[in-house]
Amino acid sequence: MGYTLTRSEFDQVLEGLSEKYRLYAPVLKKGQGRFTDTDVVIYDFVYSSSEIEFEKKSDYSFKEILTPLSQTLFFFTENVIKEADIDDSEAVVFLRSCDMHALKRLDQIYLHNGSHVDSFYKKIRDKLHFVLIGCTSSFQDCFCVSMGTNRTEDGYLFSVNYVDGHYDVDLKDASLEELFADSGAAAGDVTAAYVTENEVEVHVPEEIPNSVIGSDLWKEYDKRCVACGRCNLVCPTCSCFTMQDAYYTDNGKVGERRRVGASCMIDGYSTVAGGGEYRKKHGERMRFKTLHKISDFRKRYGYDMCVGCGRCDDVCPEYISFSNIINKVDAAVKEGES
Amino acid sequence: MIRDYDMKDYKRNAFRQSKHRGEIASRVRVPGGRIDAESLMRVVEIAEKYGDGTVNLTNRQGFEIPHIRIEDRDKVNEELQLIIENTGVNQGEPGEGYPASGTRNVVACPGQDLCPFGCYDTKELAQKIDKMIFPNNHHVKIACTGCSNDCAHVRLNDFGIIGQTEPQYDPNRCIGCEQCVKYCSKRSVGALSVVNGKIVRDTNKCIGCGVCVNYCPTRAWTRSKEHYFRLELMGRTGKKNPRLGEDFLKWADEESICKIIKNTYDYLDAYLDMAAVESKEHIGYIIDRTGVEEYLKYAMKDVELGPKCEMAGRIYWGGKRYDQTNELRKSMFRFSDREE
Ligand code: SF4
Ligand code: SF4
Ligand code: SF4
Ligand code: SF4
Ligand code: SF4
Repeated sequence: MGYTLTRSEFDQVLEGLSEKYRLYAPVLKKGQGRFTDTDVVIYDFVYSSSEIEFEKKSDYSFKEILTPLSQTLFFFTENVIKEADIDDSEAVVFLRSCDMHALKRLDQIYLHNGSHVDSFYKKIRDKLHFVLIGCTSSFQDCFCVSMGTNRTEDGYLFSVNYVDGHYDVDLKDASLEELFADSGAAAGDVTAAYVTENEVEVHVPEEIPNSVIGSDLWKEYDKRCVACGRCNLVCPTCSCFTMQDAYYTDNGKVGERRRVGASCMIDGYSTVAGGGEYRKKHGERMRFKTLHKISDFRKRYGYDMCVGCGRCDDVCPEYISFSNIINKVDAAVKEGES
Repeated sequence: MIRDYDMKDYKRNAFRQSKHRGEIASRVRVPGGRIDAESLMRVVEIAEKYGDGTVNLTNRQGFEIPHIRIEDRDKVNEELQLIIENTGVNQGEPGEGYPASGTRNVVACPGQDLCPFGCYDTKELAQKIDKMIFPNNHHVKIACTGCSNDCAHVRLNDFGIIGQTEPQYDPNRCIGCEQCVKYCSKRSVGALSVVNGKIVRDTNKCIGCGVCVNYCPTRAWTRSKEHYFRLELMGRTGKKNPRLGEDFLKWADEESICKIIKNTYDYLDAYLDMAAVESKEHIGYIIDRTGVEEYLKYAMKDVELGPKCEMAGRIYWGGKRYDQTNELRKSMFRFSDREE
């Protein structure tokens, strides 16, 4: 069922949705960018359409609702443990096609990775619904088409294309029909917008032989990469975390366990008990990350981890391009074949 | 031709008296050191037409076009008109060049416009201050620098304006990667520490450089909405007692800083020693004479500092006192054989 809505009609729909759901969407945070008086697009809870950033790619992804950067799991004292309360009311997440595909990867890791299901993740995940933001054009650094993530046909309540100040909705969930009808929205012929080409193209090799591990191509990143981990923290598919046990300073017997985001590029990730560190060189870290994204994950689950959102390229302070690395790996593999 | 020129008038008109008899140099004022290409072309044209085809870049981000014949002053002034208008410098009569030279060009580092560390738009503030104080014959030096790195060397000025940001911490976005701690300690003052996986900022030690914000990978650190400033007072170079400016305010607001600068001109009107050579006396030396309290009576008139602002209780300036001794060999402490 398709609709075309004005801003006020769309806001009425959001208001109706808000009665049942929390709305989680990309928001332009004024002045909260890295540099003075620059902005950043981060996910947050919203109430109206004017708060939602429809025209920019979000700098950080929606994954922060599922895998918070810092999440207290439980509190402990002597013999008692109490799980932390979380807000597990239903929520609607607004995201683009690449991120819908990223969701599948996160589910894979946290829910369908062997016999263990991550209950903390599941608790939140069970309460999430999605709205697909249609992409009317490709952004800088996107390579979703190459990764096959440019299109999503199901798994969401409705899609919305923001075009010239109005909202074109393709409603999938019949239970919301009344809400749309009540808003006065005009019926129309709408499908979710998606891009069919990106300026950036990559070719992921079918099979990546182990010999690539020894390739010289990683060496360049020993110096170029500063191991800041920004690429991991903006990535919608990076799902590594680490644990922190904090003992409250005025009572050392009471405390909390948190899990916090981790990054395979940042110092300390491969440090083991006794101080050994497996991947000291930044080039080695880059190799590990790359092969995880386009080879190792696939070996296990049959599809690539990277969804081609290009956020890692957008954020890298050293202008290191991940899409270019994929193509370098491709070239190295081809060279090895010949 | 009879050569009878009022050199004082030339100097006030921003022409330097040259050691070459019959020659002057034109001093082009460029507030904040930012000039448009059209004006820059005009500088070149003047140098080619009236000078010897060379241009000096001055220490204070202006231009000095040397080897101009004294008689060509009016023609040069006419040509300068375009530059004066483009740079927005206050003027008396159009076509008559610069109306003063005492109050020096306001210097600025690249700042927010270009530099990742810039805490405010240095060029814009420099231009604003220049509009506020120029023309004036009092010898005052002002410089704006974007952050505590002080690339503009503002501590060598009467007023050194240093940008600050008050870092805002969101523990919910912090993953404890400790990059802020590392870079604050390596590139700044080491004001951060880790307590229970989260970051604690020593608010007294923190200089507001924003380095932590720049390096935080998650936006756990962000910048304060407000732009803050540190104000350094009365730094100077020179023969008698060169010294670095001393901290007067930190976490100050722009308006207060502008007022203090403006008020300083009233103090100069009241206390300038007219018997000084060319009635040019450096403010710092006047303050040495009247005492800083008397200066502050003027400077702080109607200034309402914000709630965050801290003011120095006492200010003492150091520096070498060449008017007392220039002795190097017989210093107070004897460490080496070089000393007698
Ligand atoms: S590796 Fe880069 S392009 Fe791929 S999903 Fe992560 S952020 Fe997006
Ligand atoms: S963002 Fe760039 S410099 Fe930072 S870790 Fe990633 S690749 Fe290296
Ligand atoms: S003082 Fe700071 S803002 Fe200015 S150029 Fe230097 S580092 Fe950049
Ligand atoms: S603003 Fe500068 S001094 Fe203050 S905590 Fe951050 S890095 Fe350290
Ligand atoms: S750099 Fe940011 S994420 Fe890392 S410890 Fe500091 S505040 Fe936390």
